[in-house]
Amino acid sequence: MNQIPALVRVFAYLSLLTVGGGMAAFPEMKILTVDVHHWLTFPQLIHLYSVGQMAPGPNMMMIVSIGEWGGGLLGAVAVLIAFFGPTAMLAFVVARLWKRLQTWPWRTSMQQGLAPVSIGLLLAGCFTMAKGAIFGLETAAIAVAVLLILLQYKVNPALLVLGGAVLGLLSFAPK
Amino acid sequence: MSEAGAKLTSQKVSFATTVPAAVSIGQIFLEFLIIGATSFGGVVPYLRGSLVTKRHWVDDKEFVEMLSISQSLPGLNATNMAILVGDKLRGALGSVAAILGICLPGGLLMYLVGIFYRAHGDHVWVTAGLKGVAAAAVGLILATVVQLSKKSLDQRFDFVFVVLTVLAVNRLHQSVPRTLIAVGLIAVLWHRPRKEQKESAAS
Repeated sequence: MNQIPALVRVFAYLSLLTVGGGMAAFPEMKILTVDVHHWLTFPQLIHLYSVGQMAPGPNMMMIVSIGEWGGGLLGAVAVLIAFFGPTAMLAFVVARLWKRLQTWPWRTSMQQGLAPVSIGLLLAGCFTMAKGAIFGLETAAIAVAVLLILLQYKVNPALLVLGGAVLGLLSFAPK
Repeated sequence: MSEAGAKLTSQKVSFATTVPAAVSIGQIFLEFLIIGATSFGGVVPYLRGSLVTKRHWVDDKEFVEMLSISQSLPGLNATNMAILVGDKLRGALGSVAAILGICLPGGLLMYLVGIFYRAHGDHVWVTAGLKGVAAAAVGLILATVVQLSKKSLDQRFDFVFVVLTVLAVNRLHQSVPRTLIAVGLIAVLWHRPRKEQKESAAS
């Protein structure tokens, strides 16, 4: 069955939810890609997202992997365009209008009002992911350690995610 | 085109004021391709290092303003910034060149990772490593949440909106757009323009 139209629909929709960051769309992405369309399982989604944090560039490039699973090379390209096209056009148009809105008092209101909501969406996405990623002492310890290190020191986050892989191997690999 | 558009508005902060003489589409693509290939662990510092420090394509004030627009809109910071900077330098074509450049390396990499993971993802060593990677990613997102809160929440009451949003999505299982519109509307009204703000905005 041709999955391309469904991939385009889902990822164009998800793209508009990425307010504050890609994680904001994660709860909806889980429902649509795992529960509705069965392109991958929840653990697979978590793994791809997490590995994607080690890749350079925009941090949601794991969508390409989902596109490839659902529809091969064409699926990957379709997902890429669907996910970045709508927000790119929106940013292009709004950025040009932005200067004109400089003295519009509601512009500040919208920025101030949307800031806590976008942070809440990131946190909600984080909790959705934690349900699948945190199960027991080792994983909880890794998450807390990464959080504390990042808040305390200036470390490249990609290195810490790589460190997580090493700790995962030490904790879970067959002896 | 972008210059004409900026002149129309003739605002103090106009992105077109300091355009370097001639940046070609190819240069834009190449610079963003390099950022896309090297920006491990978060794009924004690499964008600043390349566009502000190395190339002087945008100055620091513009960069901060563009970043604040990028963060307020849907879409990832990295790609929104590519659109804004590309548009400033060479209009719509510049935007296309910039977003293609910044997406290409990571996209190609994750394409290959996806194929590899599908073939070997159930190997015991791979799943063991991935469990640690996923746990670390949770810690990374939490750190992002804390850092963003420190930077952009200036009222204690804002935390009520954060909690409301989390409860709506995780507990009441409301869809993200419905939550965004409902809580967003209340929060924007809470931050509605007050009299003294209006006066300071007008001056």
